[in-house]
Amino acid sequence: MLKITIDNQTIEVAEGTTILQAARKIGGSVVPPAMCWYSKLDGSGGKCRTCLVKVSEGSAKDPRPLPKLVASCRTPVIDGMVVQNKTSPEVLEARKAIVEFLLINHPLDCPVCDQAGECDLQDLSYDNGKVSCRYQESRREFDVIDIGNLIKLHMNRCILCFRCVYVAEQIAGKRVHGILYRGDVSEISTYIKNSIPNDFSGNIIDVCPVGALTDKTFRFKNRVWFLKPMTAHRNCPTCSGKVIAWMFGNEIYRITGRKDEFGEVEEFICNKCRFEKKNINDWTVEGPTTIKRHSVISQNHYEEIKTPSIINPLEEKMEKQTNDE
Amino acid sequence: MSGQKINHILHQKLNIPICFSETTLQKVHKIIAHYPEGKQKSALIPLLHIAQEELGGYLSVDVMDYIADLLKIQPIEVYEVATFYSQYYLDKVGKYVIEVCRTGPCAICGGEDIQDYLEEKLHIKDGETTADGLFTLKTVECLGACGYAPVMQINTEFYEHLTPAKIDIILEDLRLNATNDKHSDKTWAEKYS
Amino acid sequence: MGRKILLENSDIPNIKSFDVFRAHGGYFSVEKALKTMAPDEIIEEVKKSGLRGRGGAGFPTGLKWTFLDRKSNKPRYLVCNGDESEPGTFKDRYLMEKLPHLLIEGMICSSFALGVNTAYIYIRGEFKYLLGILNQAINEAYKNGFLGKNILGTNFSLDMYVHPGAGAYICGEETALLESLEGKRGNPRIKPPFPAVVGLYDCPTVVNNVETLANVGYIVNFGGDAYASIGLGKSTGTKLISACGNINNPGVYEIELGMSVEDFIYKEEFCGGIKDKLELKAVVPGGSSVPIVPKELILFTASGEKRLMTYESLAEGGFESGTMLGSGGFIVYDENACIVRNTWNFSRFYHHESCGQCSPCREGTGWMEKILWRIEHGHGNMKDIDLLVSIADKIEGNTICPLGDAAAWPVASAIRHFREDFIFHVQYPEIVKNIKHGALYKYENQD
Repeated sequence: MLKITIDNQTIEVAEGTTILQAARKIGGSVVPPAMCWYSKLDGSGGKCRTCLVKVSEGSAKDPRPLPKLVASCRTPVIDGMVVQNKTSPEVLEARKAIVEFLLINHPLDCPVCDQAGECDLQDLSYDNGKVSCRYQESRREFDVIDIGNLIKLHMNRCILCFRCVYVAEQIAGKRVHGILYRGDVSEISTYIKNSIPNDFSGNIIDVCPVGALTDKTFRFKNRVWFLKPMTAHRNCPTCSGKVIAWMFGNEIYRITGRKDEFGEVEEFICNKCRFEKKNINDWTVEGPTTIKRHSVISQNHYEEIKTPSIINPLEEKMEKQTNDE
Repeated sequence: MSGQKINHILHQKLNIPICFSETTLQKVHKIIAHYPEGKQKSALIPLLHIAQEELGGYLSVDVMDYIADLLKIQPIEVYEVATFYSQYYLDKVGKYVIEVCRTGPCAICGGEDIQDYLEEKLHIKDGETTADGLFTLKTVECLGACGYAPVMQINTEFYEHLTPAKIDIILEDLRLNATNDKHSDKTWAEKYS
Repeated sequence: MGRKILLENSDIPNIKSFDVFRAHGGYFSVEKALKTMAPDEIIEEVKKSGLRGRGGAGFPTGLKWTFLDRKSNKPRYLVCNGDESEPGTFKDRYLMEKLPHLLIEGMICSSFALGVNTAYIYIRGEFKYLLGILNQAINEAYKNGFLGKNILGTNFSLDMYVHPGAGAYICGEETALLESLEGKRGNPRIKPPFPAVVGLYDCPTVVNNVETLANVGYIVNFGGDAYASIGLGKSTGTKLISACGNINNPGVYEIELGMSVEDFIYKEEFCGGIKDKLELKAVVPGGSSVPIVPKELILFTASGEKRLMTYESLAEGGFESGTMLGSGGFIVYDENACIVRNTWNFSRFYHHESCGQCSPCREGTGWMEKILWRIEHGHGNMKDIDLLVSIADKIEGNTICPLGDAAAWPVASAIRHFREDFIFHVQYPEIVKNIKHGALYKYENQD
């Protein structure tokens, strides 16, 4: 077992565990946000840079700090490592910068976005972002396209986390969509008009951290915070059939996979369950469930997680900066 | 504020039968053999060069699907690569693609003037093709020939220390040669002998 | 001063061919290595030589070689990085064109030392003409028994292939290069693991620059100590410097590390001074990524010592007053050069070449370019200047690969040393809009 200390909390983890996984074991405020890494998708992570942390002691053998911040999702724990997440002003500064970078070309169309209320980017911005915007240039705009008749792609909102590509490759089999072009004009696309011909393609909606991929059978039907999430199951020959049915009265508005406290689906579900089974008679409804982590849907009020005192001077600085701007 | 429109169109497959010539196919198999068994995807980049040169001057969906078939990979893997690298053309281009270096070392030695001169002479702007289909003009980033600035490349052949007078001669030569189909330089496939 | 290791024979007619190259001592090191040396001895000599990576980072080559995972049962690979795309750098292309066999010779010795049986030379796609030259040289080496099975009757076998890219600066980053070699998009990999453990096809791999590998033949022939006796301090050996910009003699020069920057710029046998007898304004000494420094700081360090062409001397003063030797792409600006325009130009380059994988680089490079475009075209405001510094600071160090740093440094250094130029652009937009930037008038009488 390897010992690691994150924000003054120590834990022992198995070899091969990453810093982020160790932090999730501890839980609470030491967990860095992750916009691209997904524990169930091989090769994911390292790209969005929101989970950057400071390694203030490299290992028991060599306690020198690492020269740069590291992506906690992809950096394996070394015995004796000491990591700072929320206790490092440098990390908080970097995270604030990453949020700014992710937002400069984001359309900020939350009022008309189906993901609003359960959007990782909204939460990330709320926790780490700035109040004002320094970006004055034009934002890039892509056309909205269909990936088949069930999934809508708003490329404007995409943060290029690559998760949907890994799902298509690892869960859905034959991949027909990918990341095309490069740099800030990269896009998710099928290049030719195409749909993802697979029973599990709908899962790309669930893994999308923003509103780039949305469920066409649910678009504009309702806001997620007006719906009641109910755990439900059915006897499905293709998948586990364990889902969350999002209901209003007796009506099912949409079906998603069940998500854990970090927003990851517990089991991937099939398209039939997701898109076709919208009748209450299709399901055995177990009862209401609580969504632990998202801002708006968690009981309509949002409390910021209070962290150790070191963050306070920085908050003052942030406020001062905001006023100056 | 108006946005910056990104115009990536969805391309169309025309289902035209496509095949390399017998001699080229031999080369292709030789290139694939450069890589370990099961790693034939490694040959993708050289194969796309050859395909672009020999199968129509640009990478149409049909051409890319043919290459995917040859290498036993998914078409999307080819599209991903073809759209990433700047030497591949996804739409029809002129017979001669003039690529002028616009990066720092060339720019301070007159690269921008060369571009202006070409635009004026050919009556086209960056990215456009002349009406006769002969020339496409394209600015590119550093060609790695900074000591011989200003430079440009025409169908991967370098032209260095450019002046307006030199450009006049180069273009005139190309116009004369355009009628006979001979390449002045060896093709990609021939470089593999 | 002035000893040559690489370009000694470059002017001999037809040195490109195997026979001429061999007649001038070529491939001797392969015979020596395979017949009289153990692989570890070669690594030891390379370590002793103090040879450092010539691609830009300057990492000790011998040390890099020792990281190669030798316990693994998988095949090992050597990949030569010939994706020379750094603006201002054109030395590898020169070396491969003039002396293809020197590279092959160095690669055979290196492969033997590293226990490699398959080696690839990755060249950038724009260097199509080199593909023919290298393939011909490789064919000759095969014919003469220096490549293939049981080289020189020993039990060492080596196959070597050339692999072209297709236009992507990012493929010069070693893990992006490996991705490209595997037929994928040139997206740098997330490290760790490093290529020495998980590289090409997930096998242990060493990636070295063209110039680095070309030096190995000399080190095998004459020993690491002989190589280390050339140069100055930790900057051992010679370095190819590709000089360009507003100078009288642009071209590739092999210099012994340790000569003064002033001599290199003004001496007739090197750059030959500034073109048209103009004043020197600034220099980017190691390819576009390294910090730009004004005349007074390139000729002398902040403490007043003569600046030398070594890794250490050029870096002296850190980023406050120093720069880097980098890849040796030496770009010289005369007094008429517009630093703001040049910074915008470089910024556009990095924006164009960003792979788009990680957010700071994907979004930050484009943002910087747009701001710089505005300033250069007379639409800037004073806040923009500090905004640029702030963006550069936020990109630097937070990206997957060094392209982020490479995009940030030119902007940060240009503002650090030439802030008044930026202020002028903001204050006098009308003047700025009407400046003619071309330089063709300088060339009109050249032919």
